[in-house]
Amino acid sequence: MPSPLVSPITDFVRGIGKPGINRGPSTLLAVALPLLLVMAGSLSPTWPVIAAAPVMPPLGFILLLAWQHLRPGLFPVWAGLPLGLFDDLFSGQPLGSAVLLWSLAMILLDILEVRFPWRGVVQNWLVGGAIITGYVLLSAQLAGGLDLPLLLPQIALSILAYPLAARLVGAVDRLRLIPIRKY
Amino acid sequence: MVAPVNRRPGHSRRAQYGTFFGYLLAIGGLGIGVLLLASGGDDSSAAQAARNGAADITAPAAELAAAGRSEGQGLLAVIGGYLTRGSRVARLEREVAEARVKLAEQAALAEENARLKALLGLAQGEVRPVATARLIGSSSSSTRRFATISAGSRQGVRPGMAVRAPTGVIGRVLEVGDNTARVLLITDTESTVPVRRATDGIQAYAVGNGDGTLKIRLATTGINPLRKGDAIVTSGSGGLFRPGEALAVIVSLTPDGAIARPLSDPGATEFVIVEPIYDESTAQAATAADGGR
Repeated sequence: MPSPLVSPITDFVRGIGKPGINRGPSTLLAVALPLLLVMAGSLSPTWPVIAAAPVMPPLGFILLLAWQHLRPGLFPVWAGLPLGLFDDLFSGQPLGSAVLLWSLAMILLDILEVRFPWRGVVQNWLVGGAIITGYVLLSAQLAGGLDLPLLLPQIALSILAYPLAARLVGAVDRLRLIPIRKY
Repeated sequence: MVAPVNRRPGHSRRAQYGTFFGYLLAIGGLGIGVLLLASGGDDSSAAQAARNGAADITAPAAELAAAGRSEGQGLLAVIGGYLTRGSRVARLEREVAEARVKLAEQAALAEENARLKALLGLAQGEVRPVATARLIGSSSSSTRRFATISAGSRQGVRPGMAVRAPTGVIGRVLEVGDNTARVLLITDTESTVPVRRATDGIQAYAVGNGDGTLKIRLATTGINPLRKGDAIVTSGSGGLFRPGEALAVIVSLTPDGAIARPLSDPGATEFVIVEPIYDESTAQAATAADGGR
């Protein structure tokens, strides 16, 4: 029996996230959080890292990939168009590069999804790694020059960043579906 | 987790059209990307306006992050300093002793310089910076090397102006927003800076490598006169950069030039100054000649 002084607060806190017969996830959170997470990844050029060489993983793209793997169909197939345009504003790539490559990746992921509906962690990582490698190489090509030794550290970092991004996406997915709305 | 995707949405016409137009739009996205890239839309004023508008909006948050970055680096430096302080004190004492001798020589040289300049009647104009700004972001995942600074057209910044850190030139302004500006770093592969060797004035070009180093290309062919450790300064040709500003130090030689490391590390810099264009008329002629880039 909680003390009567604190019970209103503790009851409220305990109530957060508990499924109940009259509760459901908020639509706003469920729809907005995935979008905001990918856009925050696209904003990584404004993070406190000033790099002399391209080392940062393309975070927006990796997060989009992780969302597609965790919740296929959460983003519509055409999501690469608006999200890629947003990424192009900040990435320093020529405008249109992310629009093209993100759209391409979304279509590719959709085809893979139909072909392999049941996937494990290893398979996701392999597919993610291959797509990220292709993305980094093609981005460099579109930006005007492919210099493989220069890109290798970034590719390695990006592939290693994929499972972390997937964990982050998993955590945000739980947050997104917290049943806070009362019917 | 298996897909809840409804690829065969049943008899609902509305759902069928939704799926169909979704795919149509996705393929349209591919086409739009190709069109944007092929039309050279990157240089168009609309693209520049969109980019600079986006940078202006995120500038306040990015400035906070920039302050955090410099503080974080300071903290790491303090920790590192504790670990290596013994050897560093010894080395610094030796360097101070050497520097005292050099300082005396420099004082004599400065005096001689002032005397000779007075003789020639040259005015010793001090450069007034256009603006002092924070370095608030860089293209950290793209192979292009751009940075964003927290000063724009409202602060008087114009495209072409040189941007320098306390330790040397870091780049020049490419596009200007209201309160931010995009800087083409000297390490970008599209950046070319006319330079000379500090000691004897051999002319060369410093072209970015994209990996944080510079390629020094000699203006004349022949025997490569460069040596490891040579200091490279701007030569002032082209009119954008003021002559004699420190730029880089040569770290290794190539058959037709050298690889140099810039003296200024944008990552270790918080504040930069924007300098006015050195020679307006020459710079206009030069930028008109190479298409504004």
